Amino acid sequence: MTNTSTSTMQSGYAAKKKAINTLIYVILAIMVIIWISPIVWLVLASFSGDGVSTGVVPKTFTLDNYIRLFVEHDPNTGEIVPMSEMRFPYLQWIINTFIVAVLSCVISTLLILMVSYAFSRLRFKTRKTFLNLGLILGMFPGFMSMAATYNIMEIFGLKQQLLALVIVYSAGAGLGYQVAKGFFDTIPRSLDEAAKIDGATRNQIFWIIILPLSKPIIVYTALTTFIGPWADYIFVSYFMKDNESAYTVALGLFKMLSNETYSEYFTVFCAGAVLIAIPITILFVIMQRFYVAGVTGGAVKG
Amino acid sequence: MDFLDYVQMTRGQKIAYNIKSFFTGIPGAIAGLFAAIGRLLKKLFTTIGNGFKGYGSRFVKGDIGTKLSYVIMGAGSMLHGQIGKGLCFLVTEIAYIYFMMTFGLSYITKIYSTGVQVDEKTIVDGVIGKEPPHYEVDALFGARQVTNLDTLDDSNKVLLFFVLTVLVCIAFFAVYITNTKSAYASQEIKASGKKPMNFLEEMKMFLDERFHVTLLIIPVVGLLTFTVLPIIFTIFMAFTNYDKAHQPPGNMYWWVGFKNFAEVFYSSPLKSQTLGKIIVWTFVWAIFATFTNYILGIVLALMINKKEIKFKGFWRTMFVVTAAVPQFVTLLIMKLLLANAGPVNSVITGMGLSAIPFLSDANWARVTVIIVNMWVGIPYTMLISSGLLMNIPEDLYESARIDGANAFQQFTKITFPYIFFVTTPYLITTFVGNINNFNVIFFLTGGGPDSTDYYKAGQTDLLVTWLYKLTIDSKDYNLAAVIGIIVFIICAAGSLITFNMSKASKNEEEFS
Repeated sequence: MTNTSTSTMQSGYAAKKKAINTLIYVILAIMVIIWISPIVWLVLASFSGDGVSTGVVPKTFTLDNYIRLFVEHDPNTGEIVPMSEMRFPYLQWIINTFIVAVLSCVISTLLILMVSYAFSRLRFKTRKTFLNLGLILGMFPGFMSMAATYNIMEIFGLKQQLLALVIVYSAGAGLGYQVAKGFFDTIPRSLDEAAKIDGATRNQIFWIIILPLSKPIIVYTALTTFIGPWADYIFVSYFMKDNESAYTVALGLFKMLSNETYSEYFTVFCAGAVLIAIPITILFVIMQRFYVAGVTGGAVKG
Repeated sequence: MDFLDYVQMTRGQKIAYNIKSFFTGIPGAIAGLFAAIGRLLKKLFTTIGNGFKGYGSRFVKGDIGTKLSYVIMGAGSMLHGQIGKGLCFLVTEIAYIYFMMTFGLSYITKIYSTGVQVDEKTIVDGVIGKEPPHYEVDALFGARQVTNLDTLDDSNKVLLFFVLTVLVCIAFFAVYITNTKSAYASQEIKASGKKPMNFLEEMKMFLDERFHVTLLIIPVVGLLTFTVLPIIFTIFMAFTNYDKAHQPPGNMYWWVGFKNFAEVFYSSPLKSQTLGKIIVWTFVWAIFATFTNYILGIVLALMINKKEIKFKGFWRTMFVVTAAVPQFVTLLIMKLLLANAGPVNSVITGMGLSAIPFLSDANWARVTVIIVNMWVGIPYTMLISSGLLMNIPEDLYESARIDGANAFQQFTKITFPYIFFVTTPYLITTFVGNINNFNVIFFLTGGGPDSTDYYKAGQTDLLVTWLYKLTIDSKDYNLAAVIGIIVFIICAAGSLITFNMSKASKNEEEFS
């Protein structure tokens, strides 16, 4: 083999490699366009001044849609309608969702930490039984027993109330212990042993040693449980029925697209969707690493 | 069988091994499932047997205090010097008796009572009991209007309080057994000349040796009331006629045995056909939705993570952003974009082609939901497999390159087997998740397009969206409960078999 032929081979190889990389860039670019364009369309439509249009890019731009989320004028008198009488009280939905999200986040995080710590660090006789029961209970899709849960809430006097939602989102939270348990499992046991020798009770070990080391998992648990209520549709739609003052954002926005209001409120829907998507997207991007660790059962170290 | 052993095999060996392990694995997993259930039952019965044995022998060996606590709870503890503990047991017993007398017992009897006469024309079933013998079936259900609602029990309340009472009874029984054990234990301690612990010391144990009780009591009570109770309630509902015509209060529902199951499986042609079609579509959907996302997600991750590709962070973030936007938002946008007169079709017609009925034609809709699901799901798979790709030991590639393997061979021999090896559990959870994938179907097509061949369902409805429609639109709670049970059985069987197949659960002590 002569020198020339080697160099041609090498340059041929390099050219082939370059062609492959270019191809990958093109494919990635096309895919990004496909994936991003619906979202771009949503953002554009939220600023659109032409109402419902079949066009891809709106002709006129306005901030009106965002304003209409919060302020409604009476068509006859032109006065500002109080929030309680608005057709679609967006701010009210945000407040409702926020209350539900904060309460269920606090309760769920506490419950998840308690359960996962108990299963990870404590050894007791019924532990295996509880773990297996938890596994089986976790297989029931939550909304399978939705009608029964509604009846129970009705009997407890919580019919169509936000508190009922808080309970639904957080009471079963103890079952979501796997990710946090996986995290606790990685904290060296020698820390517990050392503290035990120094005379610490298991209660003290939990508060003084384990919790301060668990900030990442606490943040992750709190964020996931906080996001849940913003995206849930099934339970709210069944629990709130026609009690519009207790709607959360997801249900309220969905109602904007009903047949009677679709043409008038379509762009307002887009504005409302953009407003809630921004914080959720930011939170998700922040915690994507934990998300990966969670679904692969801790297989990822990086 | 280690991953490294697997990689070292020749191609022929690998194929043979894969085929062999696939077919040998299935019966093993199913057998393992039954063996596990068998072991569980055996353990349960042994525990119960031992419980009875201990219960009897404690009574025989017990002194007067211990014997007394078999009737008056806490008597043994108090006589052995544990006043506080004994009082707690006693209060529990009194509270339980009071609860049963004033509340619980009536619901236990009501659960299967016969008819109650409301006025001379209408005989309404007592609560949930049998169908009353003189019940007049009126086509319009008008005759069931009851003048005095106060005399009528609310079937929901009766069923719920019955389940609640049973749960209370079980809890009380546990406390009762603890009481006899504790009485006997304190008797033994006293006999050995020591002093049993006082109340304060015993309470302190809940912060140390019994800390798990303190931690678990609230989550368990929460689960029992708002997860277990509704599940039991739902299972009972499947055996009643709780449908649109039997809505309490005002109307009652009662036990109908296996009628709902029979209807769904064979006796009602419309319903059983609907179930069959929906189950087939649910599985077709789950298989396509799972594997398209899985394979293309991995391919995307490979492209982004290829060494020479720049701006990795940018590409990844672009896809993660679409995954992060709440699903109901993105899916509703997709629905609007793909509407018959939506922007996508206006582009298509602008090019001189005819509009495509993306969501309004059954076959198009089925393809569309699978494709849109790819749009929704591929970023997730990409995210997960990106993390896994970084974990593949670099020396594997190193030695492969030395042996002269090209990029394609490296992929088929190392990357793909590794990812497949690690993500098998994820693949199965995704499959189960897709069987229960409510959002994509509900927001895109709402289960439609509707068809008269289906009972209250459309041609893209999955089991879960059918369940939702039966609950919300047609109030067929009993049918919805039956569907729920079917969904549970499918998911539970699938998950348990996998759980048996995967060894992940056995490695949990690795770190400690």
